[in-house]
Amino acid sequence: MTIDAHGTHRAHSAAEQNAAVQDSAVQDDAWQDAAWQDENDELVAHAEAHAAHVLDAAAESQADISAEIAALGEAYHRELKDGAAPETQPRLDFAPYRSSLLRHPTKSLHHADPETIELYSPAFGHQDVHALESDLTIQHNGEPLGERIIVAGKVLDGDGRPVAGQLVEIWQANAAGRYVHKRDQHPAPLDPNFTGVGRCITGPDGSYRFTTIKPGAYPWKNHLNAWRPAHIHFSLFGQEFTQRIVTQMYFPGDQLFPLDPIYQSIVDQDARDRLVANYDHELTQPEWALGYTWDIILTGSKRTWTENEAFGDAGDDEE
Amino acid sequence: MSKLTPTPGQTVGPFYGYALPFTKDNELLAPGSPGSIRLQGTVYDGAGHTIPDAILEIWQPDAEGNVVQHTGSLVRDGYTFTGWGRSAVGNTGIFTFTTVNPGPTSEGPTGKGSAPFISVAVFARGLMNRLFTRIYLPENEEALANDPLLSSLPEERRKTVIARRDPDGGLTWDLRLQGPDETVFLDFQGSSTETGAYR
Repeated sequence: MTIDAHGTHRAHSAAEQNAAVQDSAVQDDAWQDAAWQDENDELVAHAEAHAAHVLDAAAESQADISAEIAALGEAYHRELKDGAAPETQPRLDFAPYRSSLLRHPTKSLHHADPETIELYSPAFGHQDVHALESDLTIQHNGEPLGERIIVAGKVLDGDGRPVAGQLVEIWQANAAGRYVHKRDQHPAPLDPNFTGVGRCITGPDGSYRFTTIKPGAYPWKNHLNAWRPAHIHFSLFGQEFTQRIVTQMYFPGDQLFPLDPIYQSIVDQDARDRLVANYDHELTQPEWALGYTWDIILTGSKRTWTENEAFGDAGDDEE
Repeated sequence: MSKLTPTPGQTVGPFYGYALPFTKDNELLAPGSPGSIRLQGTVYDGAGHTIPDAILEIWQPDAEGNVVQHTGSLVRDGYTFTGWGRSAVGNTGIFTFTTVNPGPTSEGPTGKGSAPFISVAVFARGLMNRLFTRIYLPENEEALANDPLLSSLPEERRKTVIARRDPDGGLTWDLRLQGPDETVFLDFQGSSTETGAYR
């Protein structure tokens, strides 16, 4: 990068431009801080150390991966036919997602009754999250590029009770399919007006609402020509720590669904469908943004509830 | 009351680093403050390699065993113990928290004198869904022996959820996602399958 006579920064190559935009996007963001930026720098070096493994995986074709996905899907359908109950969660052991091979437990999860601390959730409130953090399109000086959308819905527990006053965090790629993360080396443009991070606290009825940009699909190195369907990452807390979940919301009709080993790690079609938002014309705002609704159901709670908690007074002590 | 089917989880992916971490996320107490200890450990995969892209959360009672319900974990005021923290591992797979030894809670199945533990949620690239586990304090062998979870585990697996006490008073606890010393991970629903899905 050079600085011209007017003191304007001028990047020479696309890579330099991206680096410059990335720096400014990171510096602009009110919630960024130097400490974890350093951690990201460390991650880059480690990613390079694993490059050989990544290249091996890249030699496999989509057809190879799709055949593995199909075989696992057929075996699951035979189980269903034989009377097995449907699966509701992703498999931790799902070989088509190559990164899972050494990262899934091989012993069965141990059945345990949640005790004491596990029956409560940390409390979050408006001290933690500013109302403006739910709008990902106003975090910089200009308007981000892409299709402006509203994503809204409710967080409910397994009994249909609203999860009130709890933290929702989201992160996502920009409209071009690029994350503001140094490990994302996809040569698509960064957007100086879009970081892709949002937070909110659910309302008394469990409702959340974000204004953002529709993320693009992006390539990854699970296999050759692997592309993730467009998605928004969601992190959710319930009223008990046992309800904690991190997941991804997808958009309806994505042609990449059958090809994606992460989406397909949920082998049950009904369960997979629960991650796909609905286009909602009632939520769409004229001449402003398209609306998508997506409700999130957490597991049932184990605790005996008091009336106060059921109405959502827990978790928000703001006066 | 009709039961709704829970929404599936998905991997945290590789790119949470600019979204989930925040200032003082791993400092439940200011380092060096009275009663504070360091809780640290390393995250390993099934080949025994450290993992650079995992993120852990801890949730625990205070030193007296009280479950805290104070807000302010994301914007810490430096005085309020909220009981919750988050630590992304560095490139060597190491996570660190500054916290307190959790006290025994009165509501546990064994009441006062129950074995104190820290609840843990684990997220990582390559890990399709979050995992839950516990970190028990190594002291009070009688309480550990009577603990419902620990007493349901074979001896060689119990040690994977009990921390070591460091000479400086801190705790060390390593996490192994896979392998011979694989950490015990918990299913609170009682419906998990062999592949780690739930029915």
